[in-house]
Amino acid sequence: MRIPCPHCGERGNEEFLYRGAACLPRPSAEAPDAQWHDYVYLRDNPAGSHRELWQHVHGCRRWLVLTRDTRTHAIAAAVDVAAAAP
Amino acid sequence: MTYSLWRVAREALRGNTGWEPAWRDPAPKPRYDVIVVGGGGHGLATAHYLAKLHGITNVAVLEKSWIGSGNAGRNTTIIRSNYLLPGNEVFYEHSMKLWEGLEQDLNFNTMVSQRGVLNLFHSDGERDAAARRGNSMRLHGADGELLDAAQVRAMVPLLDFDNARFPITGGLLQRRGGTARHDAVVWGYARAADRRGVDIIQNCEVTGIRVEGGRVRGVETTRGYIAAGKVGLACAGNTSRVAAMAGLRLPIESHVLQAFVSEAIKPLVHTVMTFGAGHFYISQSDKGSLVFGGDIDGYNSYAQRGSLPIVEHVAEACVALLPCTGRLRMLRSWGGVMDMSMDGSPIIDRTPVDGLYLNAGWCYGGFKATPASGWCFAHTIAHDQAHALNAAMRLDRFATGALIDENGAGAQPNLH
Repeated sequence: MRIPCPHCGERGNEEFLYRGAACLPRPSAEAPDAQWHDYVYLRDNPAGSHRELWQHVHGCRRWLVLTRDTRTHAIAAAVDVAAAAP
Repeated sequence: MTYSLWRVAREALRGNTGWEPAWRDPAPKPRYDVIVVGGGGHGLATAHYLAKLHGITNVAVLEKSWIGSGNAGRNTTIIRSNYLLPGNEVFYEHSMKLWEGLEQDLNFNTMVSQRGVLNLFHSDGERDAAARRGNSMRLHGADGELLDAAQVRAMVPLLDFDNARFPITGGLLQRRGGTARHDAVVWGYARAADRRGVDIIQNCEVTGIRVEGGRVRGVETTRGYIAAGKVGLACAGNTSRVAAMAGLRLPIESHVLQAFVSEAIKPLVHTVMTFGAGHFYISQSDKGSLVFGGDIDGYNSYAQRGSLPIVEHVAEACVALLPCTGRLRMLRSWGGVMDMSMDGSPIIDRTPVDGLYLNAGWCYGGFKATPASGWCFAHTIAHDQAHALNAAMRLDRFATGALIDENGAGAQPNLH
C-alpha cells in the first residue's frame, strides 16, 4: 500500500505509524465511565470507507487523516490533521 | 459410515466405490432451536458439542461460502497452551486436552502431532519472562520446560545460536504442543455434527438479525428468513459487521494476518519454533514445506491479502533464525482477517440481546482454541451462562476493567 502524504508525496506504508479510527468524539474529563468505555474500546470497524489516523514517522512526522477502503486499500483522501474536518 | 482400518481395506478391494459424502447438503428448515453463524472450526465445533454434550440437535450452521474457507483455512495450524494469565491458561489447557482426544471423539484423522512448541529467548529478561510463563503453565496443569542454550542446540542444531545481536540463550518448551491439520479439523467437526443431525448450510450468508422486544427471533439470509430460538455468532474476522445487524458495537478491529509456505524440502524443523527477537513462528508440514508467519499488517483490513513490507519482515526473521533458509523459495502466501480485540483475548459470552451469543475476538490465536471455543460456546448457549472455563472471557470486561491483556499493550489492537 502507498500513502499519498500531502507534504512528502506518495510513500510506502512502512514509513507510517497506524493509530486507528480518526475523529472518535473524546468525552469530557467529567463524563461518566460508560462514555469513556465507548471512546476507548468500541469501534465501528467498517468494511468499506474508514477514516483513520496515520503518522508519517519516517518522513515529515505529521499526523494525517486517511479515508481508505478497508476492503481494497484504495485511499480516497489523505489530509493533514490540521486541515481535516473534525 | 464409521471410518476404520477395516473400512479402508474394504474400500481398497472394492475400488473405493463405497465412500459416501461426509456430510449432507440440506436446504434450510424454517426454524431451528440454535443457529450458529459461521461454518469455520469454531462454529462447527460449537454445533458438535451442542449436539453431543447438551442434546440440542435441531441446529443449523450457516456459512456464507464453503466451510473452512475463512480463517480455519488460513492459519499456521499450531496448537499449544502456553499462556500466562489465569483467565486464558485454564481455557487453552482444556483445548489442549480436547485436541489430545479429538480424533477418537470425531472418528476423523485430524493429524494432531504433538511435536512440541519451543519459544526461544535471547536475553536474561526474556528468560525470566519465559520462566514465569512456564511456572504459570505448570500451576494450571499444563507442561512446560525451561531449556538452556545447550539443550536447545541439541534439539535444533541449525539455528543461528551465536548471533551477535540476538544470541539464543534458551527456550521454553511445551512438549504437548504441536500442530493439527486445519482442514481436517473443519471436516471432522462438520461430519461429527452432521451425524448427530446438525444441518450444515453452505453458501448461505446472514444479511440481517431479527430482534423483537430485546430478544433474537431469527436471521435473514441469502436463502431466506430462518427463525431461531437462539443465535450464536462464530464469524471472527467479520464479527463487527454481523453484530452490527443486531445493533451491537464491539471492542474489535479487523486486521489481516499473513502466513507463508516455502517449497518442500527434506526434514529440517521437527518442532514448532518461535523466534524471541522478532515475532516469527515456524514449523514444517508433512509435505515438507516450511509453514511460517509473523505480525499482522497493522491497520484495519477486510482484504484477505497482505502487503509486501510484512512479507519482507517475516522473511528477514526467518533468515535471522535459520540462516540455512536464505536460498529457499517462498511458494505461497495468504491472508486471513482477524478479530483483533482491545486486550488481545477472546470473548465467549452472552450479549445485551436475549438469545444472541458471541464468540469473537480471537486475534491470531483462534486455531488452537477451536475445540475449547466450541465446547465453551456450546455450554454458554445451552445453559445461557458461561462455563467456569470461559468465565473471564466476558464482553463487559472492558467496562469493568477485568481485562485479560497477555501483552500488556493496552487498547491498541494492532499491538497485541
